[in-house]
Order: sequence, then structure tokens, then C-alpha cells
Amino acid sequence: MVPALPRALHPVAWWLWAIGLAVAASLTANPLLLALILAVVTVVVVNRRTTSPWARAFRLYVVLGAFVVLSRLVLHLLVGLKVGEHRLFWLPSLTLPAWAAGINLGGTVYLEGLLGAGIQGLRLATMIVCIGAANALANPKRLLRALPGSLQEVGTAVVVSVTVAPQLAESVGRVLRARHLRGQNAGGLRSVRQVALPVLQDTLDRSLALAAAMDSRGYGRRVSEPSQSRRRGWAAPGASFAGLIGASIGLYGLLSADTPALLGAPLLALGLVLAVVGLRLGGRGVRRSTYRPDPWVTPEWLTAAAGLVVLAATLVESRLDPAAMSQQVLPLGWPSLPWPAVTGILLAALPGYLTPEPPR
Amino acid sequence: MNPAVTFEQVSLTYAGEPAPALRAVDLAIEEGELALVVGRTGSGKSTLLGAVNGSVPHFTGGTLAGRVTVCGRDTRTHRPRDLADLVGVVGQDPVAGFVTDTVEEELAYGMEQLALPAAVMRKRVEETLDLLGIADLRSRPLAQLSGGQQQRVAIGSVLTTHPRVLVLDEPTSALDPTGAEEVLAAITRLVHDLGVTVVLAEHRIERVVQYADVIVHVAPSGLVTSGLPAVVMATSDVAPPIVELGRYAGWSPLPLSVRDARRVAGPLRDALPPVPIPHDRAVVNARAPVPMPHDRAVVSARAPHLSPPPNRAAGNGGDRPSALRARAVVVRHGDLVAVAAVSLDLYAGEVTALMGRNGAGKSSLMWALQGTGTRASGSVSVRGGAVGSGAVGSGADVDPATLSPAQRRRLVGLVPQSASDLLYLDTVREECAQADRESSAAPGTCAAHLDTLAPGIPPGRHPRDLSEGQRLALVLAIQLTADPPTVLLDEPTRGLDYAAKAALAGALTDLAAAGRTVLLSTHDVEFVATVAGRVIVMAEGDVVADGPTADVVVSSPAFAPQVAKILAPLPYLTVRDVRHAHPPVGGS
Repeated sequence: MVPALPRALHPVAWWLWAIGLAVAASLTANPLLLALILAVVTVVVVNRRTTSPWARAFRLYVVLGAFVVLSRLVLHLLVGLKVGEHRLFWLPSLTLPAWAAGINLGGTVYLEGLLGAGIQGLRLATMIVCIGAANALANPKRLLRALPGSLQEVGTAVVVSVTVAPQLAESVGRVLRARHLRGQNAGGLRSVRQVALPVLQDTLDRSLALAAAMDSRGYGRRVSEPSQSRRRGWAAPGASFAGLIGASIGLYGLLSADTPALLGAPLLALGLVLAVVGLRLGGRGVRRSTYRPDPWVTPEWLTAAAGLVVLAATLVESRLDPAAMSQQVLPLGWPSLPWPAVTGILLAALPGYLTPEPPR
Repeated sequence: MNPAVTFEQVSLTYAGEPAPALRAVDLAIEEGELALVVGRTGSGKSTLLGAVNGSVPHFTGGTLAGRVTVCGRDTRTHRPRDLADLVGVVGQDPVAGFVTDTVEEELAYGMEQLALPAAVMRKRVEETLDLLGIADLRSRPLAQLSGGQQQRVAIGSVLTTHPRVLVLDEPTSALDPTGAEEVLAAITRLVHDLGVTVVLAEHRIERVVQYADVIVHVAPSGLVTSGLPAVVMATSDVAPPIVELGRYAGWSPLPLSVRDARRVAGPLRDALPPVPIPHDRAVVNARAPVPMPHDRAVVSARAPHLSPPPNRAAGNGGDRPSALRARAVVVRHGDLVAVAAVSLDLYAGEVTALMGRNGAGKSSLMWALQGTGTRASGSVSVRGGAVGSGAVGSGADVDPATLSPAQRRRLVGLVPQSASDLLYLDTVREECAQADRESSAAPGTCAAHLDTLAPGIPPGRHPRDLSEGQRLALVLAIQLTADPPTVLLDEPTRGLDYAAKAALAGALTDLAAAGRTVLLSTHDVEFVATVAGRVIVMAEGDVVADGPTADVVVSSPAFAPQVAKILAPLPYLTVRDVRHAHPPVGGS
């Protein structure tokens, strides 16, 4: 095969892939499957991340994931419901009075309970890392370009926050340094005010400047006369609203195993169609073009399909054999390796090898 | 010819303000003109610029009476986004207006919003890259560019939509002299080759005035006058050195470029004594009379027989004890070496200017000297307790980095580049009281300093509502409350108009006269010529020149002040020097 020219993949493709994996992670409590998802995500990120600051933030998401697991374990040790038969160790215990719901602090820690808490933490951590992977692989600003024109005000807000947020860290550092010049190094509530006020002022100024710049450069401009665009009627917002509600109910139906099948996929599809129609109607007047549009060709199809395959595999597995999708804790058992889910997850590693390399 | 921009009886009042920012403005800017908007800080220059594309009042709020039209479109019915194809706007801080991450995407952004076809966009991006000389930057991240490059990208990003009018708010005020030249060259090329109408506001009038076709003067009352540059400048309340010199010498018509001024300056050059007469600034150094062996090589091509005037005595201080001594200071930011083994001495009673390109390491050096900034290696020692009551270390040499922040600022005070970072209270009065408390000074010390630096600031005013100059004075007063013998100022002249700069120059001279050591970094050569006795030039983290202002500055094509260029080879730097040596009528 002729190696493809280095180029950035369509951001939507990476997001579909990552959302597929994240939803798959939410559906399983099987530590082996979760570890496999983490491994696949890491391999793809290492192979296909760019050199942008966003890509470097992947490490932060991993740290955040580790923190989630750790805090879930600590919470279990402190206030968790300790059940099981394999006794690990004993913590001094304290039963809170009845008005505080009679919670037990500390006590005997069992392997089963601790394991269960750890797996719950791992599930959340995996979902966080999946979103982090999408951020590392696809520049969020390029994703914003795909935002429909009718969401102009929302779009301004999102672009401003995405741009100003990294600068916030910089201005916090600057103000902290400046405090030293006034000889202040005390902590406490007063220092919060000393730092927060200049930082907020700075951020607000920058946000306004950016919003003004976007406005003066024609963001959200409509082709029709401004007076006509004022009366837009209720069709567009109505359709979008009904569509989004339908899609939410449909999504819930799809992901929950004990709802009627009719509430799932069909309702989701109907909702999405309605929402798209609504957004189209609302964005009729706005016309934009794209400089060097990201093409949607084979690698994009492959990446998006990989995400959907994982999702489908785990969905099918959880309908057919719910037990295999979770770790048996009470009584303790070995986790199983259901082959449809494993195959699906392994297929999700393909984009890490088959997509074109990112530009350096 | 149809005017590109017209104002008809325009008045603008911001909500909650008693007086209008603009008052009954009648103005017509013809197609293809470069209009320079001048005025004191806070006089409504930015309001006037914002009104051109309708972001005042559509975006900022306020009530506009009258009518503003751009190429026939009324801003009353057209919002800024509806004028995006006619008017390109570049704000004061180009970075704040960047929407995308790389140069190429930024150039294309405006065209995407106008829904231009992809083929047109590709072509215009290439043309604009070449027009502004930034083709080699095309895929660079915007954050990694120098100030001059960022400004040119910002101009390019609005040019790609082929606007008829370009609005620029202080395009060169944050730039070093070379970066400013690049940007101005690009702007004049647009005016001359493409016929773009440019409306430009600038504090550093001396940089732009020679290119202007018309000058629009905004008075603090909101009244606007416009006319030919030589006519308006003759009476303007803001005047660059070249205009002051012309007014003083009575040249008419007023020359606005160095070239024109040199052609009429012959008689003045003949009338002036070959060396400026030292004036009151000499007092500063007279307290520490110093032999001036110019032992170290100074980048100077001055004729050797011209001994520098004693009031600029500086540098290389012979046997004088230094107030601050730095040896082989290295500052690193990650892999980047910001300051590369700089050694220098600062002396009491002397104002020293630190110059150099954006990113030459000036700020990093200042922070390291103060002790709050990181220092990878090298040593800094400050003579403790030389001045006033805030004695720390009682005369012994101390490294400020080893002290607590509170002790450190009693030795070395630093006014950072974004001075308002230090302010967080609601009124000037509270800030002053807080400053007295944190420096354990007598109540009223800070307010007294402030009153000397900038008299007449209402104590109930919110610090954010002060002008740039007043805010700087407040921060300087806060730092002086701790009574540090050494004061460092990082880019204090940013955004100051001529009057504010003159006030700052007076304040700094007084500080030095009181025996303090002053080091300031700036790009403003005219300011350096007025205030500093010694100049240190940095490049790439190194000190490349260090010596008396007259020697360092006059010989450099980029750093020479206007008066020096006009009167060369005479070593006069400021109008004040000239005025002092040459009483106007009937003198000499």
C-alpha cells in the first residue's frame, strides 16, 4: 500500500470513535474489558496524536483518571458499604448518630467491596480517558467549524471559552507572581480575592475582545437583509427542541437494558432527524465556506466505523449475556472474556495504524 | 470622489456617563487616504475607531446620534458582521483577536465567514502572505510569533476579505522599533499600492505622522477636528519631538519627516553650540561626581573630540560603589535561555534604560534582578538599607532572592509590565491604605507618593477607571511605599501619551535625584533620551551595548531619537537639550 500523505483526520471521525469507546466503557463493569479499552485508546493516541497543546493535555486526562480511581477507593474505605468474606484489614470504626443517617466510618475492609469500588472508579476513569483521547487526536477548534450556523451565539461562547481557558492559566500564574511584588505570600480567603479579581478582569477583557473581533470579522453573518432575519418563527427552534428531547429519550432507551425496544433506536433516529431539520431551518440565512475542508474519505469511514463496531459489540453482548459484561463480586469470581466485545474493542485499535499520519 | 467613511453630526454617549465621548463629529475620510487619529489617552480615539464599523454602539452599548456611513452603508442598520466585507478592524492587542491556531487558518477565517469559494480563499491567502512578507510563517502557531509578526498576521487576516477600509488601533505601540518599521512598511504599501483607506490611531505619533494624509484630532471634550497634518500638528495637544522642535524653531510649514526637518534645520544646527549645555539633570549626578573612563568598548561611532555632556555621565562607573550588582545571571524558561550570563552594575542616583527587541530577555532579567523571578545561575547582590528607614541587612550586600517577598520589596521594587495585576481593591484610597499596611509605613505614605507622582486623582475612584498613566502612578506609589533603594519598571511607557510620559520622566528623574537607582525597560527611544543617563541594549539574552545614552543611542539607526537624527552630527537628543542651549528669539 502506498503510504498516505500526512494529514489531520476529520475531527468528527475521532469523536465518533472516542464516543463509541466511552459508551462501551460505560456499559461494562468487567475490569479486563476496561483495561483493554484503556490500552487500545493509549496505543492509538500515541500513534496518531499531533504536536498541538491539546495533544499534550492527554497526560492530564490520564492523571485525572487515576485520581478518580484513587478517590473512589478512599471513599470506599471511609464510608463505603463493606461487604464480603475475604477480610483484608481493619480500620478504626465510628458509627455516626442516627440524624447523620447512621453511616459507618471505617470498619473492616473486605476484598470484594474494595474490588467493586475500584472497578466503578476504573469505569469512570476509562470514559474520561476516552474523551481525553478525542481531545488529543482532534483539535476542538476544528470540530467547532462543523457547528451549524443557527447556533451562532452558542458558537461564539464556545469558541471564546475554548480560546480563553488556556490563557486563564497563564494569567493566574502572572497574577500570583505579581502578588509577590507586593510582598504578599499568605494564603487563605483573602488571597483568593487578590488573585481572582485581576484574573477575572483580565479574562473578561480578553473574552470581550475576542467576541468583538469575531463579530467584526463577520461571524454569524446572514445573507438575507437583517430586518427579515429577525422574524424567524417557531418552526426551527420547535423542531430542534422536540428532536433533542426525542434523541435523549431514545438514547436512554438504547443504553438501558430493561426498556421496550421501541423506545430505543427508532426514537433516537427520529429525534436526531428532527434536530438536524431544526438546525438546518434555523441556519438557513448563514452561509459559510471552509478553507481546506477536511475530507471525509476511507480513513474517516474506517475510524468512525471502528467506534460504532465497539459500541455495537458491547450492546449486543450486554443484551445477550449481561453477566459476562461485569465482574462477579459476590461471590468473588474470575472475570470472563466475552469474545464479541473483545474483538470489537481490538478492532478499535485499527485507526491507530490504518489512518494517515498526522502532520508534524 | 466619494468619501469612504463619513460621520454626520455624530455624538456618542456611553450609558451612565454624564458627558458624550464624541460630540457632534463631522468627518469625511476620502477613499485611499491614511487618516491618523490622535489625542490624549481616554479622549475617545478608540470610540471613534469603533464607530467606523459599528461595533460602537452595537457591541459596546451607548447611544449614537447622527449618522455614520461606510461606502454608503449606514452603521445604524448594519451590524459589524454585516460590514465585515467592507471594514477590517485590528484591535490594540492582536493576540486577543485571534480565533484560530495557525497563521494560514487565521488568514482564511474572515473569508470563511463571508462564504467565499475555496479556490478564491487559497489564492488570496497566498497573495496576502506575500504582500505582508510572512510566507515563511504560514503553518506556524500564532502564539510562537514575535509581536511584529503577530501584528502583521492580524492585519493580513482582515485584508484577505479585501476590505475598502482598514481600521487599526495602535498597531505599533507594543512593538520594538524594528517591528514597528515592518508593520508601518506593510501599511504604507497597502495605502500606496492597493488604495486601501486606513484609519489609524497611535500614541507614538512620531512613527506615523510622516505617512498620514489627514490628521483627525480628538479632544478630551469629544470635539473632533481634522485637517492637513502640518496644520493640525501646529496646534495639537499631543506633539511628537519633531513637531515640538519645529514649533520651537518656528519652521513653517511644519516638517513632519526627519528628511524634511533636516533640510530646514541648517540654520539651527549652525546656531547651536557643538555640545549641549548640561541642565538641571546634571544635579542628579553632581552628587556623585565621577571620572568617566570609557574603559569598556561602547558601540559608538561618535567623533572622539565630542566628550559626552556631564549630565549623561553614566555606566562603567569606575570606583563608584554599585547599588545593585549582577554577575553572570542566567534565566531559563524550559529549553529557552532567556538571559545568557548577564553581568551589570546599577548605581545610585542614575536612571538606566534597558532596550532591545521583543523577546530579548529584558523582562526575565528584571524579574531575576528583583529576586521573584527564577534564576538558573549567577549572583545578584543589593546594598541593603542604603536609603530611608526600610533598612534590611543594614548596609551589607544581600541577595534579594534569599529574602521573603516582603523584605525583598524593601530592597528592590518592581513595577511589572501589566501593572494592574497588582491592584485588586475597589478604590484608590483602599489600595493606598493596604499598601501602607503591607509595608508597615506610616498611614498616608502611599497617598503622599501618589500625590507627587500624579496629583489630583480622586481617592474614591476605582483603579480600573483610571487612565493608563494614573494606574501606573498608583502601582509605582504602592511600590515606593516600601521605600526600596532600587526601582525597576518593566515597559512603563506602554499606552502613555506624551503628557503622561513627561510626567513619568519627571517622577523618575526625581527618584534618581533622591538617591534611588532606577532601571526601566522600554522601546520608546524618545522617552529614553529624555530620562535615562545610561542605556543597556540586550539581544538574544546578551548585553550588546552598555554606555551613556548619547553614545549608545545616537549611533544606532533604529534607536536614535528624532532630534538626534535631525541635528546630527550634533549630539542633541531632546528638544529640551536644544531649548536649554539656544534661547529662541534674540538669543545666542
